Amino acid sequence: MSVMVPFNPVEPFLRSERMPHIWCSGCGIGTTVNCFARALAESKLPLDKVAIVSGIGCTGRVAGYLNLDSFHTTHGRAIPFATGLKLANPELTVVVYSGDGDLIAIGGNHFIHAARRNVDIKVICINNFIYGMTGGQVAPTTPVGATATTAPYGCFERPFNLPYLAESSGAVYVARWTAYHVRYIAHSMAEALRKKGFSFIEILAPCPTLYQRRNKLGDGLETMRYYKQHSVIRHGANTRDLNLDFQGEITLGKFVDIERPTLQQTMGQRFRQVLRERYAG
Amino acid sequence: MPAATTGVKARKFRGEVFITEDRCKECGFCIEFCPPKVLEFSKEFNRHGYHPPILVNEAGCTGCDLCGLYCPDFAIYGLRVPVESPAATASAAGVSPLGNDASGVERVRQGGGI
Amino acid sequence: MSSPRRSAVLSGAHFMDGNHAACEGAIAAGANFAAGYPITPSTEIVERFASRAPLVGATFLQMEDELASSIAILGAAWGGAKAFTVTSGPGFSLMMEHIGFAAMTETPCVFVNVQRGGPSTGLPTLPAQADMMQARWGSHGDYEIIALCPNSPQECFNLMIDAFNFSEQYRNPVLLMMDESVGHMTEKVVIPPADQIDIIPRRYTSKAPSEYLPFKPASDDVPEMARVGEGYHFHVTGLTHDEHGYPSMEWQTQEALVGRLVGKIRAHADDLTRTEEKQLEDAEIVLVAYGISSRVALWALQKAREEGLRVGLLRPIVVWPFPEKRIRELAQRVKAFVVVELNYGQMVREVERAAAGRARTILVPHAGGAVHPPESIVKVLREVGS
Repeated sequence: MSVMVPFNPVEPFLRSERMPHIWCSGCGIGTTVNCFARALAESKLPLDKVAIVSGIGCTGRVAGYLNLDSFHTTHGRAIPFATGLKLANPELTVVVYSGDGDLIAIGGNHFIHAARRNVDIKVICINNFIYGMTGGQVAPTTPVGATATTAPYGCFERPFNLPYLAESSGAVYVARWTAYHVRYIAHSMAEALRKKGFSFIEILAPCPTLYQRRNKLGDGLETMRYYKQHSVIRHGANTRDLNLDFQGEITLGKFVDIERPTLQQTMGQRFRQVLRERYAG
Repeated sequence: MPAATTGVKARKFRGEVFITEDRCKECGFCIEFCPPKVLEFSKEFNRHGYHPPILVNEAGCTGCDLCGLYCPDFAIYGLRVPVESPAATASAAGVSPLGNDASGVERVRQGGGI
Repeated sequence: MSSPRRSAVLSGAHFMDGNHAACEGAIAAGANFAAGYPITPSTEIVERFASRAPLVGATFLQMEDELASSIAILGAAWGGAKAFTVTSGPGFSLMMEHIGFAAMTETPCVFVNVQRGGPSTGLPTLPAQADMMQARWGSHGDYEIIALCPNSPQECFNLMIDAFNFSEQYRNPVLLMMDESVGHMTEKVVIPPADQIDIIPRRYTSKAPSEYLPFKPASDDVPEMARVGEGYHFHVTGLTHDEHGYPSMEWQTQEALVGRLVGKIRAHADDLTRTEEKQLEDAEIVLVAYGISSRVALWALQKAREEGLRVGLLRPIVVWPFPEKRIRELAQRVKAFVVVELNYGQMVREVERAAAGRARTILVPHAGGAVHPPESIVKVLREVGS
């Protein structure tokens, strides 16, 4: 017999016994997970049919904290794992939740190909401009001029513009937010959960321990204030124009929301068309 | 904020916040982004040596739960409850499906106001 | 045990090569998912699967690389599929991390390596057997592997079914270690009626989610799996994990987990051992060979017998776990082991270790690119026998 007690509305979505989590004070990942829990609630999807797949790194730990069927896979390979999972079990809603280094550096090839194929997965990328778990190394997202442990004199490589990369590779839903924009994140995640096809949400989040501290940008809270003051929401902006400069203006919004047949749809259509009644799909 | 005593614009809801102190890592997001600014850092430490938030303005809390949405540690949440109802039983969220201790209810500090 | 779908199995006698037979073996085993990346000399297996998959209710996806192929099959396996991937040397190297991930997460799956000459790009179109130790030790950390070596197209078919069955029984990745010669050799392959093919089904739990611990082993050290999407909300990680599947960085958890992963195979090494033996009854010299080399060795055996040498042949069919008990038994009474393999000394180390000095162990090496000239083996047999 249950006693009536108030409880945190995100609690059913978490593995509460595993709290507190590993993320540092002021890290933005937890805030996005909080938003994700609310998006799951808003989406009204049956939780048993939602699976989460992470790669390696700080954001890679998200899978282990969510009370879903969850897979903490190898570095960079969350997307191909999710591809196999989704193809084998199409009734699942498959979410990939991982970091910028994991998804875009070591996993970059899988990212563009899954977008090209329009695999029906939702990819949430927490971009903190750095490799957090290994100690603050430079990433393909580090802005030019920002320092990292392996870019001690400042990054001199042009970073990826992730929404542009996602759109040009074929994603059907592309949005960018910061960890400050919690209601937008939750809403955007809920939209992506309902969307059919490769959906991509980039969320900028503070890594106070390794990015902000090293670059003398204050703590997590100060970064959140920065996001609040220097972000501009431009829905539908051309993704080509979304480069992120070191401590520059941040353009946010939903940039892409189109319809395109998913991998499974194009596969089925092709086989039905060519094989007709011989197709056993 | 004027108390709803005239009966003309009586508020039907009041806000409450619930804090699981030992989960808090003192990031300050909830305090900073609380629209009516009803939270402050506690002077006390939690089990891990952080100062969790406390509600310092019960009457000001609207129960908007923005603190809950911002919290990276799932340590705080806000509820909007009907003024007629006792706080603990009229929780908009209902009964924890994870059992009585799942959210650390014993350690939850509760506060709220009209 | 169950049987595959009748409509999927091409029962009857065929004339096909080892690669095609391996594909049919996978379909007969119930494989309904494959991911692959083209690489010679293995590609015919997935080419055939790509053509057969939509006809038998299976899915094939050509991935962007071997890294993707080798983990897409693991995602598919957790999604409920029986899944495999196919590759050769360079691709096999790229897949190593996911063989370890499959071992750590106890994911039933099959990896096929049609071996070619190496190192590096080596000899894409020509045979070798130089990945045998990589098969055993290629991924980092402690784990055990099951690997099978067919020496004919018929056996490519048969062993593919065994590979899937072992992977389900032990929840372990299983490797089918073919070689280019066997893969491209065309012979008669008899595919039995579907109801004569035994399939070991996945070991799904019947426990309720509240009573289920995803990595708590059953009596044989192998845990039962939960079906994804059925409310178990299980967690799978490549990190060291406890019986809940949750990460734990304690040495005790590592000891318990790795001890069990290794133990579940070692404890069943006898059950897994499978060899073919020829004329061992009176043998003084035992040829040890597997895959294509076993066929050349057999020719050498016959030639040596004609010359009066008492030679026998031991062919490991399951190469990992290595049939060391059988070697130990034979070492008590034979004079020497002559190991014939298309490499510069891999399985010979296992033979030598198991013989433990009780019998001589001699390697007939070959760098690959061709099979051994049979005479080179006979020459060694003469020297040893004199």
